[in-house]
Amino acid sequence: MQDQIRSAAARAAPLRLRGGGSKDFYGNPPRGELLDTRGYAGIVDYEPSELVLSARAGTPLAEIEQALAERGQCLPFEPPHFGEATLGGCLAAGLSGPRRAAAGALRDFVLGVKLVDGRGRMLEFGGRVMKNVAGYDVSRLVAGSLGTLGVIAEASLKVLPRPPAERTLRFDMDQPAALDAMNVWAGEPLPISASAWHEGALHLRLSGSAAAVQAAAPRLGGTEVADGAALWRAIREQTHAFFGGEEPLWRIAVPSTAAPLALSGAQLLEWNGGLRWLRSSAGAQEIRAAAKRAGGHATLFRARDKSSGVFTPLDPVLLRLHRGLKSAFDPAGILNPGRMYAEF
Amino acid sequence: MGETVSLSLSRRHEVARALRAFLPARAVLFEEEDTRPYECDGLTAYRQLPMVVALPETEEQVRRILQLCASMRVPVVPRGAGTGLSGGALPLGDGVLLSMAKFMRVLRVDPRARLAVVQPGVRNAAISEAAAPHGLYYAPDPSSQIACTIGGNVAENSGGVHCLKYGLTVHNVLRVRGYTIDGEPLELGAEAPDAPGLDLLALAVGSEGMLFVVTEVTVKLLPKPQCARVIMASFDDVEKAGDAVAEIIAAGIIPAGLEMMDRPATRAVEQFVGAGYDLEAAAILLCESDGTPAEVEDEIARMEAVLTAAGAVRLAVSRDEAERLRFWSGRKAAFPAVGRISPDYYCMDGTIPRKRLGEVLHFIAALEKKYGLRCPNVFHAGDGNLHPLILFDANNAEELHRTEQFAAEVLEKCVAVGGTITGEHGVGVEKINQMCTQFRPDELELFHAVKLAFDARALLNPGKAVPTLARCAEYGRMHVHGGALPHPELPRF
Repeated sequence: MQDQIRSAAARAAPLRLRGGGSKDFYGNPPRGELLDTRGYAGIVDYEPSELVLSARAGTPLAEIEQALAERGQCLPFEPPHFGEATLGGCLAAGLSGPRRAAAGALRDFVLGVKLVDGRGRMLEFGGRVMKNVAGYDVSRLVAGSLGTLGVIAEASLKVLPRPPAERTLRFDMDQPAALDAMNVWAGEPLPISASAWHEGALHLRLSGSAAAVQAAAPRLGGTEVADGAALWRAIREQTHAFFGGEEPLWRIAVPSTAAPLALSGAQLLEWNGGLRWLRSSAGAQEIRAAAKRAGGHATLFRARDKSSGVFTPLDPVLLRLHRGLKSAFDPAGILNPGRMYAEF
Repeated sequence: MGETVSLSLSRRHEVARALRAFLPARAVLFEEEDTRPYECDGLTAYRQLPMVVALPETEEQVRRILQLCASMRVPVVPRGAGTGLSGGALPLGDGVLLSMAKFMRVLRVDPRARLAVVQPGVRNAAISEAAAPHGLYYAPDPSSQIACTIGGNVAENSGGVHCLKYGLTVHNVLRVRGYTIDGEPLELGAEAPDAPGLDLLALAVGSEGMLFVVTEVTVKLLPKPQCARVIMASFDDVEKAGDAVAEIIAAGIIPAGLEMMDRPATRAVEQFVGAGYDLEAAAILLCESDGTPAEVEDEIARMEAVLTAAGAVRLAVSRDEAERLRFWSGRKAAFPAVGRISPDYYCMDGTIPRKRLGEVLHFIAALEKKYGLRCPNVFHAGDGNLHPLILFDANNAEELHRTEQFAAEVLEKCVAVGGTITGEHGVGVEKINQMCTQFRPDELELFHAVKLAFDARALLNPGKAVPTLARCAEYGRMHVHGGALPHPELPRF
């Protein structure tokens, strides 16, 4: 891997970093020579009592989750797989699943990384401990960087016990009522671990000790859903019917209390209203403007035509900082160029 | 020599005059009696009078101060309440100390969105006070929380006693606003769950004031748990107590707080606050559970079972809120309590994998003998974050030297067992040499490149947190551990 990067850097030849290819669809189209991380795989260290798992980039996410499940633990941010995902791709994409509003985002669970930078140097940041403030927090910066700063060779993640009890409740309500309910309940000490609203139905998942789930359910009301796990899996993996079809899929992140977005097309809300999925053929400018007015931003998550750009453009100061960081990590500009923004 | 003094005096007047062009006279301090209070932060062993102190009250003033300093090539050291323990706010003799103390307003508490927007000089505890009427609070609770400010917490990524369950500052800050050294406005993060581009907010938290100056912070507020109870568990052996910590976590329990104190620490504390600690125990654990009453009852019972099986000789569970707070009062007062039994103490902040606790504590005990210094231990056990407190007398130069060697050996041991030299206090000037132990030259070089991406002329808090390679070479060759700078004339940024 380091040799391939050094050689590419010497030739200024772009490299396309790839694990299982499950997120080839995400971001601007990949280009350049393939750097396949799958050969660098395996769980390096896993100590359940330390709540830390370290694995190499090419390790299948499914293998990691299996190892954790055997010891009653989990990745609390519930990352989507979208196929044969690897740990490296999971971290580079930085996507979190249904539990994000309750447990935290992927980057909140990153403790350390080994990173091969654009000069082929193996660098190590963070570590395997819960608290570590030595040096800048490069390992969290790398989460969600879409391979633009380096190849994640190995990572250490904080893991947590799986909640012993879970229950899914359904409430029939329109979007404004659901937004109200989600935000009010999120401000109360309730064990709500996931929320999703779509087509007049709000689903909530309760997770925690049996006692906590037992106590909270009657307080909330609603009706219990028999196969809740299947619903949350379908939302996490985007196999839910909402995600099918050809219309562009937008991921709109807004403050959870933002009013319903007046945009044409179907919506599915998660994270207490902080994440709004939109299937719409409306223009990118209109969608981005609506997201901005609501205090957030819009990402063209899945679409055939990405000519309008995938991510919300950065202001000039932020763009300058991004370029500066890019040249610090990858002076030749060979790692996934343009995957996040055309400018770097 | 005399020429240098008069040159630096004229520089001081030049900078002060330029600042007074847009700041009121009371906001620009340069007479020694006015700048003296700023000569150190919580790491009092290091002192340096700043050239000038600036006390802005508005964001516009901050912007202009930074622009002016950038144009005059004057280094800037930002400062909050000055409670930091690693010298991160140690002034520079040729620099401006930028005090954010007047940014004291809570701008907005939004109970529906569960967040607060505050100025950086707001005290950590004041955020929870402002949120309390809504049943909400701000989770990170460093022991200095009644005095330390959120701006300083952001700079240091401060922790506290509830991090294992509720996270550090980085997990509880949604957005920061501020200015680059060139006075350009910058907003990182968002009230939305994420912001476009790289996660610069994660990079900013814990950057020790070296990337930009924060003028506004949005924090996450959490619903206050309905109830909380704490178990005090006594052990006749420190290692057994350490093993019990691992057993609790292996049992699938994430306690709200999990702290350990050894006997020298409990004895010091007991004289000071009367927390009701078991003074016969070699070590005590404080294990807190929070949540609904049913949840807490269930978790306390499970923790009692695990602790008993792990060899606890006595257990006491807080019966009411007053007793719970009393149990915690001792832990929170540990540093001042130790300050009363010794003229000075040196607080370390290494983090280790929990399973190496016994080994590291034995190592520290051996160092107590080697250096002839006492060292009580308090420990954020759940996080693996150690705070050994070396007792010494700063008036005795030889004892200070031994203390620094002792501390350096402990920190290097933390790195050797797979941990880190600082869990929550930051590197500052204090642990800058140990950075050479923890990181390789390529990594340090990358840190410098990250800084330069934000601050191309290295004017913001230069000399802190990341050593130059020349310095590491010097450190390695001279084996000078910890403390005093052998070559202050070496270039630093």
